[in-house]
Order: sequence, then structure tokens, then C-alpha cells
Amino acid sequence: MNTADQYLKAIYLIQEVEDGPASTGDVADALEVSPASANEMIGKLEGRGLAAHEKYKGVDLTDEGIVRARDALSNYCIIERFLANVLDVEEFRVEAQSLEAVIDDTVAERLDRLIDRSEQCPDCFDADTDACALLELEEAGAD
Amino acid sequence: MSLGQAVASDRQLARLLQIGVVLEEMVEASAHHHVREREQALDEPVAALLEEAATESARHRERLEALIAELDADSVAYEEIQTLVEAQYASDDEFDDVLYDQLCNEETAYKFYDDLLGALGATDDDPVDDSLADETAFSIDRDRLVATLREIRAEEADGVETVTDTMERRA
Repeated sequence: MNTADQYLKAIYLIQEVEDGPASTGDVADALEVSPASANEMIGKLEGRGLAAHEKYKGVDLTDEGIVRARDALSNYCIIERFLANVLDVEEFRVEAQSLEAVIDDTVAERLDRLIDRSEQCPDCFDADTDACALLELEEAGAD
Repeated sequence: MSLGQAVASDRQLARLLQIGVVLEEMVEASAHHHVREREQALDEPVAALLEEAATESARHRERLEALIAELDADSVAYEEIQTLVEAQYASDDEFDDVLYDQLCNEETAYKFYDDLLGALGATDDDPVDDSLADETAFSIDRDRLVATLREIRAEEADGVETVTDTMERRA
């Protein structure tokens, strides 16, 4: 997943929680980058028609930005579920975060063939906990 | 969340190599599935291409497993991936086009190794990026790791070309 897609995913999730624009500070915090870096990338996303930034309010994704953010989120869910269900990784959330930058859409789509992902995906992703809610339920059920 | 593409630890590297093993196992399992299920229907060149793809993937898998073992991690059992791949074929008739399925496998593997080499600062055949090498102190020899991945990537690129040529000849 490239850097732009990671930004789009982060903005999308913040907007889900805030139910409004995402502040640059929150985006920077989510991605563990400086506000200056976040500002620069948000400007690039705006230039590509993927986001709209308004001073003192924050950034909103455009319809096209939302589509890309949801694709990025789906790929992230694939990585999380693949780690948990196929490789049996206990700390699959932490590891998914560390691997998402290296796993491309093409690879994620291929790994998707090995897992059972809900048709709801990525709507089942819980922005508050930064994790798939259904994967949590399956774990609880397995205990 | 980790922004950027650096691979910085043995654990992260081992996990990525495990994903490489799984992708190779998917190629093997797919090729075996197609040969077994369509033995009579496959013409000789396609059957030979699939057999060669399975053999090459097994060789790649063994090379990756050797690296994973040095990182003190486990590989992923072929039988487990084979079962998952077979289940997918059983539930989905989307993969009727054997050559297209094989092309997707080869392209995915190529992209994976290319991205992994990019994350290691070693995309091109130039000497490894030392600035990234300083940040990534793996317990295995980095030059050997990069050389292995570059060789596998080159074979995947050849594989994409071979399948594409075969598809075009039959068009």
C-alpha cells in the first residue's frame, strides 16, 4: 500500500469517528508523522482530487478519495485476516500495521483467495479500535 | 501505523518471507490442481508450462525457507495452503482460464518480490542502499538476502513473459 493510500485510509477512519472533517493534527498522530509532512501530503491529495482541505476545519475526502480509502481499508483487512487465520499470528494487528506499506493491492487480492472475508468488508472495520469487528467476534467465539 | 516501506527487523522480514512462501505454494497448488483436474483437456505445451511453474515455485519456496530458518522462524506448511487453494477452486468457477490464472500467479509473485526489494532499498541491480542497510540490522547476510530475492524476481519476470507469449500464440 503506497503512502497516499495510507493517508487516505487514515483520513477516512478519522472521519468515521469524528463524523466530520479530519484535523491535520489527528492525521499526523495516526500516521506518526509531523504535521508539516501531513500538510504536504494532504495538499498532494487535494491536487489529485482525492481530498478537500479547508483552513481551521480539516480535510474531507472526495467521493473518489472515499472509494480509494475503502479499497485501502479492505486490503488492510485482508492482511489482518490472513495473518490471524492463515499464519496464526497472535499479534496480527500490530504486525498488519508494520506490513501494510509493503503489501501491494495485487498481493492482497491474491491472499484474499485464502481467507473468508465478510461481504460487509470494509464496513465491519471498527474505526475506534482500528480493527475488524468481525475478526474480534470470531476470536471470542473460538475461546 | 507504519508509514513508508522500510523493513527493519528480523521478525518483519521473516513474516514477509513467509508471505513469499505462501505465494509460491499457491502457484504450486494451482498448477497441480489444473494438471490433475484437466489432464485430458490440457494440451502438451500448457501442461509442460504448469509442471515447470510448480517445479520452479518449489525451488523458490526452498530458498525462502532456508532464509526463514536462519531468522529462527517457521515456514508455512504446503499442505495447509494446498487445502485452502483447493477449497477456493471448489467454491468458485472464476478460474476456468488456466493460463490467465497462472499469469496472475506469476505477476503477483513478481510484484511481491519487487516491493520487498524496494522496501530493502535494493530495487535495481545497483549496490544495496547503504542508508537503509544501516537501519536494518538483520541476523542474516543482507547481500545474500538481496541476491536471492533478485534472482527469484528475475525468474518470476521470465515466468510472466513465458505465460504471456503462450497466451498470445494461442489467441
